[in-house]
Amino acid sequence: MKIDPAIIPLGALRWLLAEVVELVPETPRVTSLVLDVPGWAGHRPGQHVDVRLTAEDGYQAQRSYSIATPADAERLVLTVEELDDGEVSPFLTEELGAGDRFELRGPIGGHFVWDGSAGGPLHLVGGGSGVVPLMAMLRHRAAAGLDVPATLLYSSRTLEDVIYREELDALARADPAFRVVHTLTRAQPEAWDGYARRIDGEMLAEVFEGGGEANAFVCGPTRFVEVAADGLVAIGYEPGSVRTERFGPSGA
Amino acid sequence: MDTADLMLDGNALGGALGEVFVAEITVARSTCGSCGAVREIGALVVYTQAPGSVARCPDCDAVLLRVVRAEGRIWLELQGVSCLELRAPA
Repeated sequence: MKIDPAIIPLGALRWLLAEVVELVPETPRVTSLVLDVPGWAGHRPGQHVDVRLTAEDGYQAQRSYSIATPADAERLVLTVEELDDGEVSPFLTEELGAGDRFELRGPIGGHFVWDGSAGGPLHLVGGGSGVVPLMAMLRHRAAAGLDVPATLLYSSRTLEDVIYREELDALARADPAFRVVHTLTRAQPEAWDGYARRIDGEMLAEVFEGGGEANAFVCGPTRFVEVAADGLVAIGYEPGSVRTERFGPSGA
Repeated sequence: MDTADLMLDGNALGGALGEVFVAEITVARSTCGSCGAVREIGALVVYTQAPGSVARCPDCDAVLLRVVRAEGRIWLELQGVSCLELRAPA
């Protein structure tokens, strides 16, 4: 059945066709998709899109991916981690090329969003590709020239798995009000003097000392988010001030 | 993997419920019919592995809503929600 666009109410989600402009490798397992999406109405940092793939036999698979770009970016960028047994992510990261098209809808979400209006300080905790929506917030903060203090605690397996590493380091060098703290859980380079274990309550207390009034956002695999969110509440954050986005089992 | 690994947040319902509601649904506030807790939809506990999605109260674990999409139709069951408060469109 053909639906007349005029009868779709304003604000209702609809599927749009995204065209791949460029694929940017971020780490061995993670790729950024730079997209041109005619009809895209803009977004807020922290929002996500649903991606839908349709096979020739009509079978459809749908997944959600976080938007990596700040609010006023010209292109839409999704940063996608390839999961070994994934149904959608290997297609996005391995099969797609410039000029290819696929369906997406969005932007979606308003709960896990920070556009500066809520103020700060901004306390971010990311695990693996859970850093993506947090990066959209940090890119927005930098692009808008906001001086809200911000801290990112970012857990990765190894140094080469750190997404946006150079950009994060450059942001931190240029801005005394922004701090990034890495922990590497699986392997560390020689002379690594940062954290080298999974996130725990002690680490959260050290990194976010006295931060109970902050706007806190936690994103990562479900178990990671459980530990981080419970840990923040245990050191004095109001449960309602810790916003979480769980994305299910980790790719491990 | 056990079910604890599969738990998501209400953010994951944004797409499915965005087909139904005009207002941004993850910032709508739902009141739990069992314990009375008021939470944004984005903060609910959600499982998407069922034939559809199920949202539970993060405070008392009661089932708040279910949404199923199949055969060109959407079923939205809100039996566990005593009140849903949305931002009115401007």
